[in-house]
Amino acid sequence: MSDASTVTIEIDGKTLEVKAGVMLIDIADDANIDIPRFCYHRHLTIAANCRMCLVDVENAPKPLPACATPVMDGMKVHTKSARAIAAQKATMEFLLINHPLDCPICDQGGECELQDVAMAYGGDVSRYTEGKRVVKDKDIGPLISTDLTRCIHCTRCIRFGEEIAGLRELGATGRGENMQIGTYIEHAVSSELSGNVIDLCPVGALTAKPSRYSARAWELNQYPSIAAHDCIGSHLSVHTFRSDTNRIVPIENSEINECWLSDRDRFSYKGLTSRDRLLKPMIKMDGQWRETDWQTALEKTFAAMQDTIRNYGADQIGVLASPNSTLEELYLLKKLTSNIDCFNFDHRLRQLDFSHQDQAPMIPTLGSSITDLESLDSVLLIGSNISKEQPMLGIRLRKAQKKGAKICQINHRVYDLRMPCEVGIAAHYRNLVLELAAVAKALNIDSSLLPHAANTLFVQAQILEKHSQIAEILKNGEKSHVILGNQAISSPYYSLVEIFARAIATSCNCLFGYLTDGANATGAWLTGAIPHRDYNGASQKTAGLNAQSMLEQPRNLYLLHNIEIDYDCADPVTALSAVASSDFVVCMTPYVSSDMQNYADILLPISPYLETSGTFINIEGRVQTFAGASKLKNSEARPAWKIIRVLGNYFDIDGFEFNSSKEILEEIERTIGEFKGDNTATITEATALADKEDVIYRCSEVNMYHSDSIVRRSEPLQNTPEAKEDRIHINADLAKKLNLERATQVLVKHGNKTIAMHLAIDDTVANDCAWTSFATATSKKLGPMYGVIELEAD
Amino acid sequence: MASIAHWIKSFTLWELLKGMRLTGRYLFSRKITVQYPEEKTPMSPRFRGLHALRRYKNGEERCIACKLCEAVCPALAITIDSEQREDGTRRTTRYDIDLFKCIFCGFCEEACPVDSIVETRHFEYHFENQGDQIMTKSDLLKIGDRFEDQIAADRKADAPYR
Repeated sequence: MSDASTVTIEIDGKTLEVKAGVMLIDIADDANIDIPRFCYHRHLTIAANCRMCLVDVENAPKPLPACATPVMDGMKVHTKSARAIAAQKATMEFLLINHPLDCPICDQGGECELQDVAMAYGGDVSRYTEGKRVVKDKDIGPLISTDLTRCIHCTRCIRFGEEIAGLRELGATGRGENMQIGTYIEHAVSSELSGNVIDLCPVGALTAKPSRYSARAWELNQYPSIAAHDCIGSHLSVHTFRSDTNRIVPIENSEINECWLSDRDRFSYKGLTSRDRLLKPMIKMDGQWRETDWQTALEKTFAAMQDTIRNYGADQIGVLASPNSTLEELYLLKKLTSNIDCFNFDHRLRQLDFSHQDQAPMIPTLGSSITDLESLDSVLLIGSNISKEQPMLGIRLRKAQKKGAKICQINHRVYDLRMPCEVGIAAHYRNLVLELAAVAKALNIDSSLLPHAANTLFVQAQILEKHSQIAEILKNGEKSHVILGNQAISSPYYSLVEIFARAIATSCNCLFGYLTDGANATGAWLTGAIPHRDYNGASQKTAGLNAQSMLEQPRNLYLLHNIEIDYDCADPVTALSAVASSDFVVCMTPYVSSDMQNYADILLPISPYLETSGTFINIEGRVQTFAGASKLKNSEARPAWKIIRVLGNYFDIDGFEFNSSKEILEEIERTIGEFKGDNTATITEATALADKEDVIYRCSEVNMYHSDSIVRRSEPLQNTPEAKEDRIHINADLAKKLNLERATQVLVKHGNKTIAMHLAIDDTVANDCAWTSFATATSKKLGPMYGVIELEAD
Repeated sequence: MASIAHWIKSFTLWELLKGMRLTGRYLFSRKITVQYPEEKTPMSPRFRGLHALRRYKNGEERCIACKLCEAVCPALAITIDSEQREDGTRRTTRYDIDLFKCIFCGFCEEACPVDSIVETRHFEYHFENQGDQIMTKSDLLKIGDRFEDQIAADRKADAPYR
């Protein structure tokens, strides 16, 4: 007799020792015994409504659904007995009553669970001659195409929305045969994870709209890759159809993205075939753009760089790289720049406060593993809209919340995090520091440890109930985490925010971590894509200018790697004027825009992600290498590392003889070796807080579908309501104060720029705060992400 | 004894006479030579000649771009590109058959769920330029339009055996 926790069961004559209480279907899956199913999914709750997994259990009066039958000691199960097969066949026949039999025109044909199960368990002749149910298709947005006549009511999509995405968008109306899946009121689904229902749908009722009817599953080649739009590095499979990327689906990886993928990672590939792609090296001669060959373009680049060094010094070169660049590219850029004594090299394009950069940890990390987020008891999110910025982490926190974790946020706007928030404080970027000081004060931290600038704020801070609540929650949690999000890092008072966040974390014994911009910010810190440190955090003889100063004090020559300066920098207006006033601008870019044509002098086409090989280090410090998958026809684009390598050869620098990105990675491994993601740091340097004034503070969040150049060119993503969000949000109090309650359009004055924007009255926004989405066509005409603005009716 | 018989046969030209008897028989029997191209042999409705894409009576093309013919083709002679047409239906934008690759096995016709791709009785054709052997979608539809009556009659005749 086995002990209480394990039981002995028999499936198809196979004796198994299993954990008690586990569902039969899980046991069978682990033992490689095939049981057909539709509604059951390992990551969703059990619904047991499709009845496909009926199995024959000895001594049970009727066949039982394997997905909802817990194992019991001595259970004898037959999955292939006459009774089981009769039950499966009958279920299949019922399912096919209303399912159309036109697999050849269905987009799921060839990879359809219903098709497979019908082949294995269904009858060969249809006995049903009556009329079939027909359901009108619904338009649920640019990403998912519906064919609801095919729906078999497994409710996986509904359960996904409720349990994983945290947004009840799809639901069922009607009963029995009249049951229909839909959005209740016709609208586009807005979840940042909506694309997962395409994978979940066992039939062709929900399929991907961007790739609809373009290829069959059997024609596609699969290449594993790593997602490049957030700091998570989800594992994905790129499916190519004759060298073009046809679709992207997740690869299951329990430690990172489980079996999910964000819509941004899933549909960004459409940007790869945009008309904006730069196909050949281009050179500006007498104000005219001409196509040229690689040799000329690289020679001109080298000559221009050398001229600048000779005439003005290497300090007059500014190098900006996207945090989405691969480790290899950043490593080579660092090697190149430091060898020519140019230290103006930065990847922190969306950062405004650099005052404490010398004290920053070697690499910013999450401070725990992604899976560990699930077991947290309390979380404080500072400046983070985690469910949109890092949707995969949003899923983990939601799981933690379901287990009882308490989530608190201090943001510019109380974000809908797709889960209930215990305490949500909205504060504009100046007040956000004070709110944090108040939480710190409620925790009774030792103020003598705080630097002077923070100490004065600490003394002034007033503790309200919400602050004590957050303090209590963090203190009482056995495992708590304080997370600095993207918006905290780009705040003009980042140093103060970090000082208080660290003080809070230390006093409650919490974990502390960052959520960085781009896919490889961690790798960028490690390879020294920062002006003040060398590889691996080592010190460097001089410190160069950081990204913001490089643009505020225009350089003579700019080398821009994989960025669109008017979208990817925290201050697009300053950035544009800086590059416009410089003598020479080299853009290594996969895309060309009209603005770029105005300011650039040489355009070097580089292969974007999916077309090149490389490595990303995710926010946990996990090193993930990927190879290229697709290739654009008629394009002369080259991997960026090759371009930098040739530039290194022109400068006659030793150690630039790489033949593959793998060789570079090997060298990185040799020079950097083992590294540890340790967030410990003592921050004493801080920017002083400006005096309180009666003004409106503009706060921005990078629009999730405008985060980088590929995403910005993905047509399906750009057609979502989320991407079109381009209004200025203020709360009702501020609207009343400014007499804008009825206004729909306002004039926004930021610095010396004035533009008209649509107004949204939104009570989630903080007092005296105007919230805008950033990196959009409107925001690039306005000043920096954060700043004082004026509003008046248009 | 055998050698004597052989000796007699050699001198009487026995083998020659035997041969002439066969020749004589054919000289007077009914002739089966067909004077091609003036005359033609009878053809089965299952004859596998040049391919065609058929249309429905209302003029709508039958092909739904399911790509089963492309998948089943053992010679990899078929290439299809598909997309969603403006009316929402699944259609081909390209349907090429390379006749140099094609082995005329007829699998494409068997795989087709809508009787769209068929092999007609037409087998007399030639190419004048390199590249002409690739039959495009419009070529195939034209052949289908030209032989539709014959194709329809052949499918009907063969239907009881399918």
